[in-house]
Amino acid sequence: MKPPSFEYVAPHSLDEAIASLAEYGDTAKVLAGGQSLVPLLNMRLAGPDVLIDVNNVRELGGLSTWNGGISIGALVRQSALEHADIARQRAPLLVEATALVGHPAIRHRGTVGGSLAHADPAAELPAAMLALEAQLVVRGARAQRSMSADEFFLGNLTTALGPDELLTEIRVPGVPARTGSAFLEMSRRVGDFAVCGVAALVSLNDSGRVDRVRVALCGVGSGPTRARQVEQALKGELPSGPALEQAAQRVRDEIDPASDVHGSAAYRSKLAVTMTRRAIELAAQRAGAS
Amino acid sequence: MSPKLQIRVTVNGQEHDGLVEPRRLLSDFLREDLGLTGTHVGCEHGVCGACTVLLDGQSVRSCLLFAVQANGHTVMTVEGLAASDGSLHPIQAAFWQEHGLQCGFCTPGFLMTTYELLQANRSPSDEDIRAAISANLCRCTGYQNIVRSVRAAAEQMSTAAVAPVANARQ
Repeated sequence: MKPPSFEYVAPHSLDEAIASLAEYGDTAKVLAGGQSLVPLLNMRLAGPDVLIDVNNVRELGGLSTWNGGISIGALVRQSALEHADIARQRAPLLVEATALVGHPAIRHRGTVGGSLAHADPAAELPAAMLALEAQLVVRGARAQRSMSADEFFLGNLTTALGPDELLTEIRVPGVPARTGSAFLEMSRRVGDFAVCGVAALVSLNDSGRVDRVRVALCGVGSGPTRARQVEQALKGELPSGPALEQAAQRVRDEIDPASDVHGSAAYRSKLAVTMTRRAIELAAQRAGAS
Repeated sequence: MSPKLQIRVTVNGQEHDGLVEPRRLLSDFLREDLGLTGTHVGCEHGVCGACTVLLDGQSVRSCLLFAVQANGHTVMTVEGLAASDGSLHPIQAAFWQEHGLQCGFCTPGFLMTTYELLQANRSPSDEDIRAAISANLCRCTGYQNIVRSVRAAAEQMSTAAVAPVANARQ
């Protein structure tokens, strides 16, 4: 249970970090919070030649307002996001999701960007970012580009990040008035990965019907999963009663749950429906639904 | 083997210099290089919490951190709890009095987790206590006595904290 030998590089600026990535490419791994990478190293499931430790790159830290929402530096610790007033005010969904990541000792080190770049299909933050339609800013040696969370997550532990690219910033847009959110998850023990997790964001119109809804799930597919059919079914409807129940049922067609020791695929499907309904209900309540 | 790197880490108020391979885990640095074997190594992949220490005042898994990453930082281990004359910290005393341990393997992690909890919250509810220690595994006690120990420590520490004020009023 000791990590294999590696070369250690600790850049002090973003330019240095990008240069290191360009130099070592896919023989290197980026070390941010290390809460997923170091277990993989200890268990020797990963063995990169080089670790590029970005913990000293100050440009990657910091939370600020952005376009009615917030901008999150990739290196912002999960515990910092969880306790930031700016996040509570502008993206409460992220606060709720982050509080479900591991334990305080994990969140003290774990970073927002690290969780996204690692892209564990059961992780909370990727699903939350999908629901929030976050923009992920990525820098490589030649260019900076920005992509939607939808484009970023490609599947199990797989993202659109190139080997010489670094996730630098996450931009979470603001939401309209009368919007509520909820992140619910079911796990066997506190702090475990979700057997099933649901992020819901509901905006209501003046008559209390659903104007806009976003739903994304974790733990029930090869990556975080956006439930577009649920969203479409609910638009213009009341977020309650049969309309909600019927919309929630449609999540079954969007997910691809696996069977494992924590639950069968059939159980996960059932759970996904129930939790989708509950998450939308709670988000709607928080948006001020009667 | 990668070349060793020179590091300086302040552990329990004392500066230590070390020469470590980059892959040296902080837990092994503390135990093997500094001889501070109070920090225990259980699962070595961040699940059990036995290796919990405070890095710059915040609880972390020392098995998920490389010693080089602690360079220039401050670490507190379980050895930093007791007074220099060996008298137990109130948290340690409470675990002893309330039978908060049996084999004791997990105890250093529980003590450090409790220390962090009580730094921030001197009157935690049972729910707060359970949420905090959910990060640590114990295979002996069934946790009941650990919750009791944390509660007792909290009471002891808040009494100790208000005592001087009460005296002043008399």
